[in-house]
Amino acid sequence: MRRLELGGVRCVAFLSGLALAVVAAGCGGGERAAGSRVIAIDGSSTVFPITEAVAEEFQILSPDARVTVGISGTGGGFSKFCAGETDVTNASRPIKLVEVEACTAAGIGFVELPVAYDGIAIVVNPENDWVNTLTTEDLRRMWEPAAQGAVVRWEQVRTGWPEAELHLFGPGADSGTFDYFTEAIVGEEGASRGDFTSSEDDNVLVQGISTDALALGFFGYAYYEENRERLRLVPVDDEDDSNGAGPIAASPEAVRDGTYQPLSRPIFVYVSTASLDRPEVQAFVDFYLTDGADLVREVGYVPLSPHEYDLVAQRAQERVEGTMFGGAQGVGSSLEALLAASTHP
Amino acid sequence: MALPRNAGFERAIERFLFACASLSILVTIGIVAVLAFQTIQFFRTVSPVEFLFGTTWTPLFFDKQFGVLPLVAGTVLVSVVAMAVALPAGLLTAIYLSEYAPTSVRRVVKPVLEVLAGVPTVVYGYFALLFVTPLLQQVIPGLAGFNALSPGIVMGIMILPMVSSLSEDALHSVPRCLREGAYALGATRAQTTVRVVVPAAFSGVSAAAILAMSRAIGETMIVTIAAGQQPRLTASPLVPIETMTAYIVQVSLGDTPAGTLEYQTIFAVGMLLFASTFTLNLASNWLRDRLREEYI
Repeated sequence: MRRLELGGVRCVAFLSGLALAVVAAGCGGGERAAGSRVIAIDGSSTVFPITEAVAEEFQILSPDARVTVGISGTGGGFSKFCAGETDVTNASRPIKLVEVEACTAAGIGFVELPVAYDGIAIVVNPENDWVNTLTTEDLRRMWEPAAQGAVVRWEQVRTGWPEAELHLFGPGADSGTFDYFTEAIVGEEGASRGDFTSSEDDNVLVQGISTDALALGFFGYAYYEENRERLRLVPVDDEDDSNGAGPIAASPEAVRDGTYQPLSRPIFVYVSTASLDRPEVQAFVDFYLTDGADLVREVGYVPLSPHEYDLVAQRAQERVEGTMFGGAQGVGSSLEALLAASTHP
Repeated sequence: MALPRNAGFERAIERFLFACASLSILVTIGIVAVLAFQTIQFFRTVSPVEFLFGTTWTPLFFDKQFGVLPLVAGTVLVSVVAMAVALPAGLLTAIYLSEYAPTSVRRVVKPVLEVLAGVPTVVYGYFALLFVTPLLQQVIPGLAGFNALSPGIVMGIMILPMVSSLSEDALHSVPRCLREGAYALGATRAQTTVRVVVPAAFSGVSAAAILAMSRAIGETMIVTIAAGQQPRLTASPLVPIETMTAYIVQVSLGDTPAGTLEYQTIFAVGMLLFASTFTLNLASNWLRDRLREEYI
């Protein structure tokens, strides 16, 4: 609870942003990476709770290491990462090809490390007594670009639902969760209506949905877990019985056994290879991959399998550069197979 | 302490003071230049007509629309609510302080009111979001968690000291002889206030109101926290909206790459914001000068 109170994350993000600025200003560009013991992290708000928890534990074990974790969305995180401003970036989707190019152009190599699975939770206000389940088709009708200015009332989604305004909440366009959701639901990354309340800070979405009876929104499952008494989770039916019949609610179990489709995805941290040569960054990554699983569970995400963690640790050890996803979102692909294929036996 | 008495030193001091004075002007010119430069870039792609009169604002999304009216509507809506609170309350406070309050009360109330102006706006923002909104939801069914009403009311409280203080100055500067004339004709204190003092101070009070309006339009933190982030062309204060200032914050906090059209939108919106507050400030100054001319 301590990490996800309203305002808390924003405050940490702001403070760590400030700390970053101070570090960048104080040490002057290139010297920073070599000289300081600060590990600068930024990026996705979805991955933030895990990395923040790992950073806290890590700093208890190695008191002279300083880890700052900010939030600027997956896209924002990558642009800082590829500008050499951060050592590690949190990402709730795989790196895009344009971002790979930006990193390459800046001479920044990176290692892609999946750290957990997440389900995207679809939630409504607890006072909402008409939505019991949704199909992916309902979601597409609500969120596709054609819905902009057209689907604005609940009765337009399904007949029989109230004749009242539909208030949608979702992550902003810099968010990896937004990218993944649009790819999985609408079928094209970034294809979404624009007339909804968007914020890179999931706490703002929680606040909005939990205080508005006409609201519906989506964000990483952990933010639902932290606020379950203020929100109601809606089971989603993908109308494909091969991966679990009927509507399925997001839960760690459903994410792990692959039945919460298409809204489950792996989430990542990306580490700069130059930073990985620094012993404290290496130690942080080792700690993340060996002791992270419990913390992942604690903050409401689904850990990888022990075998998958081994493969990821091996990836870090061997400094396997580049992405396993080739710029795609990896909707429906098996992480274990990808990991096995990209790591030397 | 003896300062050197030669002419060279005098000149150096003068230059130094001049430099200090020009600094703020230069900074202002710099800001306007940056705003104007980026805005011109923006208008190379998007026509000003589309920008000023379009009714959909989704520059960050798939179907990009650059109609700024929803943001303007959000700003106006919140400001109108704020003025509806600040104007009557501020004016009545000013009348009380200027015409009725004994000096002892005045000496306590004025500084206390000014403390309101010193509260950081982020505190007002969370006050609106976490206290005023839930309170209003008890009374108004269907009020969304993000709405224009609650930040509007809180903003009204924030600008109240500005309205009351400036109006009080205006009321206070109405010459005594006008009041005495009214009393001599047998008017009561209330009649004097309503029929003589307030009309005489009208331009000063209007100047205060316009300045407060300009402050409300430019206010950022309260609306960013409590009004929502959905550009929506509506006159209902009960649903989430987005103001011009909140939009600028939203884009600046995310990571829209510099130089892109999405990035330039914040300068175009900023320019519009600057133009509106600048016009309002000019109007306010003009009104205040008129007040001075009338009686001095």
